[in-house]
Amino acid sequence: MSDTTKQAPSPADVASLARPRPAAEARSTTTAVVTPALEVTGAQALVLSLEAIGCDTVFGIPGGAILPAYDPMLDSKKVRHILVRHEQGAGHAAEGYASATGKVGVCMATSGPGATNLVTPLADAHMDSVPVVAITGQVASAAIGTDAFQEADIRGITMPITKHNYLVTDPAKIPQAIAEAFHVASTGRPGPVLVDISKDALQARTTFSWPPQIDLPGYRPVLRPHGKQIREASRLMAAAKQPILYVGGGVVRAKASEALRRLVELTGIPVVTTLMARGTVPDSEPLNLGMPGMHGTVAAVTGLQKSDLIIALGARFDDRVTGQLSTFAPDAKVIHADIDPAEISKNRIADVPIVGDVGEVIKDLIEQVTLDRATAETDANGWDYTAWRERVAEWKQTFPLGWTDSEDGTLSPQYVIERIGALTGPEATYVAGVGQHQMWAAQFVQYERPNAWINSGGLGTMGFSVPAAMGAKVAEPDRTVWAIDGDGCFQMTNQELATCVINNIPIKVAIINNSSLGMVRQWQTLFYNERYSNTNLQPLEQRVPDFVKLADAYGCLGLRAETPEEVDAVIKQALETNDRPVVIDFIVHRDAMVWPMVPAGVSNDMIQAARHEAPVWERED
Amino acid sequence: MSKHTLSVLVEDKPGVLTRVAALFSRRGFNINSLAVGPTELPEISRITVVVEVEGAALEQVTKQLNKLIEVLKVVELDAHASVQREILLVKVRADAATRSQVIDTIQLFKAKVVDVTTDAIVIEATGTTDKLRALLDVLEPFGIKELVQSGMVAVGRGSRSITDRSLRTA
Repeated sequence: MSDTTKQAPSPADVASLARPRPAAEARSTTTAVVTPALEVTGAQALVLSLEAIGCDTVFGIPGGAILPAYDPMLDSKKVRHILVRHEQGAGHAAEGYASATGKVGVCMATSGPGATNLVTPLADAHMDSVPVVAITGQVASAAIGTDAFQEADIRGITMPITKHNYLVTDPAKIPQAIAEAFHVASTGRPGPVLVDISKDALQARTTFSWPPQIDLPGYRPVLRPHGKQIREASRLMAAAKQPILYVGGGVVRAKASEALRRLVELTGIPVVTTLMARGTVPDSEPLNLGMPGMHGTVAAVTGLQKSDLIIALGARFDDRVTGQLSTFAPDAKVIHADIDPAEISKNRIADVPIVGDVGEVIKDLIEQVTLDRATAETDANGWDYTAWRERVAEWKQTFPLGWTDSEDGTLSPQYVIERIGALTGPEATYVAGVGQHQMWAAQFVQYERPNAWINSGGLGTMGFSVPAAMGAKVAEPDRTVWAIDGDGCFQMTNQELATCVINNIPIKVAIINNSSLGMVRQWQTLFYNERYSNTNLQPLEQRVPDFVKLADAYGCLGLRAETPEEVDAVIKQALETNDRPVVIDFIVHRDAMVWPMVPAGVSNDMIQAARHEAPVWERED
Repeated sequence: MSKHTLSVLVEDKPGVLTRVAALFSRRGFNINSLAVGPTELPEISRITVVVEVEGAALEQVTKQLNKLIEVLKVVELDAHASVQREILLVKVRADAATRSQVIDTIQLFKAKVVDVTTDAIVIEATGTTDKLRALLDVLEPFGIKELVQSGMVAVGRGSRSITDRSLRTA
């Protein structure tokens, strides 16, 4: 490296030159700073851009191609870099950070394997619309295409799993790429954006000034819904007898939960909250029927199935919600509001499509409904859903979520999760992996606020929990953050416990340990004649690894509970321990299953409340 | 399934064609033909893509294309309201005995001879897919040695331009 590098000012020096920007000029995605042109390296321009845009945390691992960026990173007083143990951990941590707060999560990796290790979290963020910016080093521009050491075409690889991505080889373009990446990631339908920067661009000299010009002529998300569609939606709501609000993760991302609660209160329409939307409407709200879909409540699944009007808000009619699409809610008209026009009528044809920010949609609906109800004739029987409400309330009462304890007195996983929720309360953040424990965590923790529940919904990424919980805890250090994980998931990413210990990120991990890949095992029980092919992670009498010893080796507090009597004590001990991460190994019985269940590919009418227990509707109808 | 011609205006940036092509394969849509080139506006390229889809899927293709950041505009060009052309270069076996016969034939299609050797000629023809197929049918008996064909390009009839309004200021 040439000695000119040493003459360059450090980001801390440069930051002191930045002055507040007049509010009138401020852009929503950038902090209000203007920096005059400075002579810097591309790497310094990168760190300065991150500082200027308000990024306070980066999760990452250095390596050859990204090395120049890590030098000015060392001097930054605004950006905290957290050195993780695997790039996948960096990506999920950025997701957890973003999901907890709505701010853009940032991860960084080197070229080649560093970048490809980000593929899973980027795909995950893409499916669940998580605002993430990934910054990767690339080999020097002259070496691109030569199969150079640690070269991978990460822009090409991530095209289908990012909202947008960049390859930057000109140092002068780094600030613009970063500003655009944050803008694209956090506006419209949020999602991941990758910025790949060649090593020579990081090393070369350039001038840095802020803010850069954002030039995205093809990117204009529609935020304001069309008035005509809102009026039509209100008209359908007035005429409906059995309407239902189908609320998805878009409401969480749009920070529209408060508005939604007002709409529910105003209209008295029952609500279902999808896996991505748990907490948008409190579980204590009587009109909240819980989660719909494959493992949804009988009331939520049946409520959708028998409705005459579905009001879908920031939801996408995922196959795990609809079951067999052709028989899903056969008598329902559909109002579908989403910020992404491509989601509307993708799976289920919408009668009233509404493109816009779901928060704006809900506000407009509240106004329109209020107006329409005030002007409706008093003797007309519109807007009256009393009979329907009574019917869904009866389903909710008749088919509550529950479980059957095992005959041998071993621990029920549902009980463990319910106790964690009950003893920790609604202000905590609960982050799950993927599988049975995820479904139980969605069912048996009482959620009262949005962002309290973070999980991998669309992609279903095992190993999500520990690193995402780490990111959530960094974003909100004062909240208790639980990683509710399975023993299979935990073994995919538990190396990040080292990151947590070293960086004082005291998350709490509850391993729901059934010594198997439980959800796959459940399907083998139900659909493969109990032939357990490759789902036993270890013989029951062995502990490989011993998670308590593993926790101890990492410097975490390791605890174990094997009987119902021990559960509360270890949870309380975990809640009292805040000087280091806690790992609790809950030894639960292997044959517990997630109920209710709609088998894959069949109609939601075939829901089973428990094994061999299908609700009998004909009698009620 | 029916064929639809889409004109896609894109920013002329590296990788944009890959994004568009990858979107089709990723979402399982069949590309019948694809042509890309510059437009009257610098920094804007135009991709003409012929896709075989039905109604709802066509809407989905259009929406997904519009979601790409570098896509500026997507317009479906109706076959009756637009001029649609492909170009064809075909090398046909033709010696002194058959050459004049070949030339007579292609004149019916307003095609041109662009290269001649003792035993072959290269013919250039433009037209719709149907016309070019008909030309190839009549050339087949002479012996087709080599064939290359462009993707379709298309432009709407009338005075309006699809780059009108917003894009000129963009």
